[in-house]
Amino acid sequence: MPTVVSRAYRHDLNGSRLQPGTPQLEIDDVALRFNGVHALRGVSVDVRQGEVHAIIGPNGAGKTSLLNCISGLYRPQAGSIRLNTSDASSRELTTTRPSRITRWGVARAFQNIELFKHMTVLDNLMLGRHVHMKHSVWRSFVYLGPARRQEIAHRELVEEVVDFLEIQAVRNASVGALPYGIQKRVEVGRALCLQPAVLLLDEPMAGMNAEEKEDMARFVLDVNALAGITVVLIEHDMEVVMDICDRISVLDFGRKITTGPPDEVRGNDEVIEAYLGEEAA
Amino acid sequence: MSAGVSGTAAQGTPGAVRVVRPREPAPEPVADDVTFPKLLYALADRYGDDRVALQEKRYGIWQPMSWAAYRARVRDFAHGLAQRGVRPGDVVAVLGDNRPEWLISELAAQSLGACVVGLYPTSVGEEIVHILSHAQVRVVVAEDQEQVDKLIRLWRRLDSVETVIYYDPRGLEHYTEYYLVEFTAVEAHGREYEQDHPEWLDGQVAAGRSDDVAVICTTSGTTARPKLAMLSHRNLLSMGRSLMVIDPLGPRDRYVSFLPFAWIGEQMLTLACGLQAGFTISFPEEAATARSDLREIGPDVIFSPPRIWEDMLSSVQVRIGEAGWLKRAAFGLGHRIAGRVADRRARGERVRPLDRVLQLVAEVTVSRPVREQLGLTRVRRCYTGGAPLGPDVFRFFHAIGVNLKQIYGQTEICGIAVAHRNGEVTFNTVGGPIPSTELAIADDGEILLRSPAVFQGYYRNEEASRAAVDEDGWLRTGDAGFVDEDDNLVVIDRAKDVRRAPDGTQFSPAFIENKIKFSPYVEEAVVFGGEADDSVRSDITAMITIDMATVGAWAEREHISYTTYTDLAQKPVVYQLLGEEVHRANKDLPESVRVRRFLLLHKQLDPDDEEITRTRKVRRGVISKRYTELIDALYGAADSVTVRTTITYQDGTTAERKIDLAIVTMDDFAPAPKRRRFAWSGR
Repeated sequence: MPTVVSRAYRHDLNGSRLQPGTPQLEIDDVALRFNGVHALRGVSVDVRQGEVHAIIGPNGAGKTSLLNCISGLYRPQAGSIRLNTSDASSRELTTTRPSRITRWGVARAFQNIELFKHMTVLDNLMLGRHVHMKHSVWRSFVYLGPARRQEIAHRELVEEVVDFLEIQAVRNASVGALPYGIQKRVEVGRALCLQPAVLLLDEPMAGMNAEEKEDMARFVLDVNALAGITVVLIEHDMEVVMDICDRISVLDFGRKITTGPPDEVRGNDEVIEAYLGEEAA
Repeated sequence: MSAGVSGTAAQGTPGAVRVVRPREPAPEPVADDVTFPKLLYALADRYGDDRVALQEKRYGIWQPMSWAAYRARVRDFAHGLAQRGVRPGDVVAVLGDNRPEWLISELAAQSLGACVVGLYPTSVGEEIVHILSHAQVRVVVAEDQEQVDKLIRLWRRLDSVETVIYYDPRGLEHYTEYYLVEFTAVEAHGREYEQDHPEWLDGQVAAGRSDDVAVICTTSGTTARPKLAMLSHRNLLSMGRSLMVIDPLGPRDRYVSFLPFAWIGEQMLTLACGLQAGFTISFPEEAATARSDLREIGPDVIFSPPRIWEDMLSSVQVRIGEAGWLKRAAFGLGHRIAGRVADRRARGERVRPLDRVLQLVAEVTVSRPVREQLGLTRVRRCYTGGAPLGPDVFRFFHAIGVNLKQIYGQTEICGIAVAHRNGEVTFNTVGGPIPSTELAIADDGEILLRSPAVFQGYYRNEEASRAAVDEDGWLRTGDAGFVDEDDNLVVIDRAKDVRRAPDGTQFSPAFIENKIKFSPYVEEAVVFGGEADDSVRSDITAMITIDMATVGAWAEREHISYTTYTDLAQKPVVYQLLGEEVHRANKDLPESVRVRRFLLLHKQLDPDDEEITRTRKVRRGVISKRYTELIDALYGAADSVTVRTTITYQDGTTAERKIDLAIVTMDDFAPAPKRRRFAWSGR
C-alpha cells in the first residue's frame, strides 16, 4: 500500500527557467493598424520574470489588442515581441502561429469565458495538458501502457491545480452549470495546467461580485507568489490593480504613457489626464 | 419495558432519589495497562499492510494508509517529539481540520506518556491564547498556512510554546520564523533519534497506564470560558466498550471523520471505538466536499451534533420544495405512510399488515432514494448528541428508515452516558444509561451520573473539579431532568435555563427553540421569558436568525431581489414568511408557552463573536447582555427597534450604521390568506 506522506506540491507550475527579475517578455515598438485605425502605435513594454504586470488604460486604449499580439491572434505591422527562454536565447512571437506560442509557454484566460461548457472541470483542465502529451492518437485510443501512464502523470498535475484553486467540490461538474466566478477560476486553472512561462489574464475580475473579486485577487497573488508565475493582466478595477500589481503600464489611444510601480503611476500627470480628460488636468 | 434496579437510594448521595442502572451486563473492565498506542500496535501486528487504517481523499482519490504504515508514522513522529523535548505529562496541542496527521500527533504524544489537547480549527485569538497558555503547551501541531498565520500573530502572547509543527507546507515555503518546522522533517529527525535510542520508545509505550491522561477536551463553554477536561485512556476505552455492548461495531464498519477532533464525540468514535473495533477511518478532502465524500463512503456509523441532521433535513426540504408537483405529492404521500409506521414502531405497537405493504412501496419510492441522496444507505448506527434535537427532525429520519438515536452525556463523562436502545427510540427521551453507567436524579432535579468514564478533573482547576464530582464519584451534570415510567431519561435543559411559565408549568427554552428551528428557513432561535428570567417577563418572545441558503433560494423563486443578509432578513415578505413558521410552531405548543412576539436579527450568530459555541450551542448569557436593547423592545409595545452596528471594512476603517428591526406580535399576525408554496415540511 503506497502512502503519500508529504503534502507539498510535486510539480512546478512555472514554465520559465529564467531568474526572477530578468526580462521575460520584451515588447518592442509594436504597431498595429486595422485599415485606418491605429490600435497600437509603437508600444514598448518589458515584462520581468516573476512579476504581476498590469496593463491599464481607458476603453479603446489597445489593451486587449496588445494581449492579442502577444498570443499571436493579431499580427502587428511593425515591431517585435520576444519571449526569452533562457539567458542566451529568445523567440520571436510576432511571426508565430498561436498554437506554437502556447507551446512555448504563453497561456491565456480570456475576457469572455472560453471553456467547453458541456465538459467537466477535470476534462477542461486536462485539455490544458494537451500540449504536453506526447502519444499518438492511436496509442491514446487504446489507452494501454505508456499512454495510460502518461494520462495518470498529467492527471496528477491537474489535481494539484484543482487543489491550488480550491475547486475540489466541482471537479466532476460540467462547467456550464457553475457560477461565473468559478468558471473564471477554471479558465485560469486551464491556463495553469500548461505550466506557462507567462500567464495572460484579460479582465479576470470583470462581472464579479465583491467576494468573487477578492477570491480571484487572492488566486492571482497565489499564482504569482507561490508558483512564481509571471502574470500580465488587464483590469479595470483600479483598487485591485494598485493592490496586487508590481508594475503597471498605462496605454492611451494606442500609445504607452508610462510603466512603473503603482505609486509612481498613480501620481503621473499624463495618467491622470488620460483618465480624467484634459479639462480636469 | 422492564428496567434495571430502581427505587434504591444511592448510598451517601445527597438527595438522590433512586438509581437507574442499565439492563445490559457491564463489559469487561479496562485492564490497568491498556492504552491507545498499545491498541494501535496490536492492530498493526494483526493486520500489517493488509488492511487500511486511515484513508484520506486527496487529488480526488482515496489515499490509503495501512495499519503498519500508520504505526510507523506514529513511531517516527513520537521520536521526533521526544527529540524536541516532549516529556511524559506534557500537553501537545493540535490545531487543524481532520487529517491523518491529527491522529498521528495524538497517538505519538500518547506513546511518550504525554497527552493532546485539540483546538477547533475555527478558533481565533483569545481562545487560542487561553487554551495554549492554560495547558502550558510547548509544542503545537498546526495544519497549514492559515493556522500558522494565526499562531504567528499571537506569538508574543504564547509564552509556553516553543515549536510549531505544520503538516501542509503549501504557502509556507518562504516563512523564516525560527520556531516553524515541517511535520515530515520532525518525522525524519525522529528516525535519526530512533537510531541513537533504539527500543527507547517501546519502553515508553509499555510503561503506559490506562489511568494516564490521554486527551484533554475543551468543554463546550456555554456559560464561561471553556474548561479543559482531562480524560484518561481508561475513561475513553470503557465508554467505547459500554457503547459497543448495546451497538456492536466491527473491523468492517466504515466511518467518516468530518467533525472537529477537539470535540469529544469525534475522539470517542475514531479512537475509543475505532481502535477497539479496528475499523477504517476516512477523512474527506475538504470541508466543501464532506457531504459528497460521506455519500461516497456510505458510513455504517455516524455520530453528529443536531446541526448536521438539521442540515440534512433542510437540504431535503429545499429540494423537495423545488421539485414538480407530482414528485412533491408522491414524496408527501410516501413520507406520511412511512412516518405513521415509524410512529407506531416507536410506541412499540404492532404495525397493521396493510401499512406494512404500503410502507414497502414507500420504502422503494421515497425512503430509499432519500437515504441514498444523503449517503445514509448503509448506516446502522447513528447518533445525535451534544444538544437536544427536535422531535420532528427525529421523526423524519425514522420515517426514511434511519435508526437515529439520541444520546446524552457530556465531555466530563466522555460524551456518552445515556442512549436509546434499538426498538425503543422514544423521541422525547434520551433512553437509558449505557452499560456500567448509573443514573440518578438529585432532589433539585439535577441529573447525576457515575461510571468508569467519569473524567480525571479539569486541568489545573482543582476547585471546579471538586465541584463537578462528589466524593462518591457522582458527576453533577448541571442539567435538569427526570426519569419516566419506562426508566428512560428525559432531559429538560441546563438546570439554570429551566423556566416556569405564567401558569406554573416548567418548560425549557430549547424545546420551544427546536419547534421553531424545525422550519428550514430558521437557522437559530433564542427564546426569552419565563419566570427564572427576571420575573416580570413571563411572556415568551423569540429572536430568530434566518437561514441564508434556504431563505435566499425562496426569495429567488419568488423574484425578490436582495443584497445582503441584513437586507434579506428585514424584508417585510421575509417577516411574513417567518411569521407563518412561528405561527405553525405555536400551534404545536401549549397555550402558556407560545411565542408572543419575535424579531429577525440582522446578523447570524457567530462563534467569533462568542454568541454561540464552536459546537453551535447558544450562549444565553452573552446574548442577553449584548442584545439588551432588543430584548427590552421585545417586551415593550413598539413594532420596531433600532440597533447600531459597527461595520469594519477591509481597509480597517469602520462605519456605524443604524438598522431598524421590525418586531412582529403574533396576536396581530395574520397568515397569508393565499396558499403559499412552502418548502415541503414533514408535518
